[in-house]
Amino acid sequence: MYSYDWSVITRNMDVFIDGALKTLEISALAILIAIPIGIIFGMGRISKNKFFRLISSIYVEIIRGVPLLVLLIWIFFVLGQFLKLGSYWGSIWGLAIFAGAFIAEIVRSGIQAVPKGQMEAARSLGMSHAKAMTYIILPQAFRRVLPPLASQFIMLIKDSSLVSVIAATELTLNAKNLVATSFRSIEVWTFVALIYFIMTFSLSLIIRYFEKRLLKSEA
Amino acid sequence: MISIKNVNKSFGDHHVLTDVSLEIPKSNVVALIGPSGAGKSTLIRTINALEPINTGEIIVDGVSIHDKKTDINVARLNIGFVFQSFNLFPFLTALENVTISPMKVKGLSKEVAEKRGKELLTSLGLGDKFDSYPSRLSGGQQQRVAIARALAMDPQVMLFDEPTSALDPEMVTEVLDAIRKLAKDGMTMVVVTHEMGFAKEICDEIVFMAEGKIVERAAPDKFFSNPDTKRAQDFLSKVLNH
Repeated sequence: MYSYDWSVITRNMDVFIDGALKTLEISALAILIAIPIGIIFGMGRISKNKFFRLISSIYVEIIRGVPLLVLLIWIFFVLGQFLKLGSYWGSIWGLAIFAGAFIAEIVRSGIQAVPKGQMEAARSLGMSHAKAMTYIILPQAFRRVLPPLASQFIMLIKDSSLVSVIAATELTLNAKNLVATSFRSIEVWTFVALIYFIMTFSLSLIIRYFEKRLLKSEA
Repeated sequence: MISIKNVNKSFGDHHVLTDVSLEIPKSNVVALIGPSGAGKSTLIRTINALEPINTGEIIVDGVSIHDKKTDINVARLNIGFVFQSFNLFPFLTALENVTISPMKVKGLSKEVAEKRGKELLTSLGLGDKFDSYPSRLSGGQQQRVAIARALAMDPQVMLFDEPTSALDPEMVTEVLDAIRKLAKDGMTMVVVTHEMGFAKEICDEIVFMAEGKIVERAAPDKFFSNPDTKRAQDFLSKVLNH
């Protein structure tokens, strides 16, 4: 019979907090990089420019088709030979490039969901294609993509646990190390799961709040 | 003011416009009527290049609209367009709908754009709707906001593509009144419409289209009482006797 000892949690609280903060930091930076990547390639997927469209499609299809774990290891070992990324920036870029492909698809579907008449109305008022995109289409697309975007951000926080394989310090790696010294795997992993849930659920609530505020303004 | 010369347009093998030519002098109001599929909407959409053409030329106020050397964004400032389905920007208030293009395209300050926008909305009977979002407006009110939005760019020409077709019957009048007022002020206009009484009342000329061609052009009185072509007679007997 296993005898539980939850004091391993309280005694090592600093390890968990440090890890959770690192997880949030890596995730936040990855999201910040992933959003512009997603917008650029999402627009690229529906661009009139054939070359831009091709590049965007290749990026999205390759990244969607490769497991994140493999991508992270590949970036760390293969790209790492040419670029001095280290495990910290290697994991941030890995997560960003991965999430960027999914955000690109979300952005594409968001833009395509805006009725065609909106672009025509904007153009007939003398706006260039770029101005119409900036002031009329993207603001509407943004409202439509908030829910799937929220899921993507939550996914990214959870996926960040995988960067422990390239030795980036964050919650999961800290937990692994703690288990290795304390042998309290049940207690530690239960608590780690709880922390991930608290982080993702809080994010979910924050985004829901913004979503409501945005939608309220046009009701 | 508007000069359409030998315009042809086809989607694959299907000819939507066949050798269409039309001159519209300044301050004239022209109604485009005809059965559905006649190419009326396509024609009016070529005038501000929302639709490309295959051959021919369209000149508005001296500017060749489909010429590759023409900056279409500048040319369009002169041409207001009102859609059947309004196409208001749903995330902007009525006033913001009217001011966004003057601010972002013409570079007007917010104060100047809002002053003019409020004047326009008020003159169209929307003085109490500045801060309303389109979803809170009736169809007739939305269409009047759309007219104000187009007028805010101070165009020389206004194009109306079935402006009342998506409206409930009791809201048609308020939109037609707005267009009537513009006609009185001497605006050059092309209106695709199924409102025959309205066309007869305010238009200087009726252009009847069928199968992508202009079949008949006539003054309203002549057209509605005694059209020359069999095609127009058939059409009128169907739309007037029901």
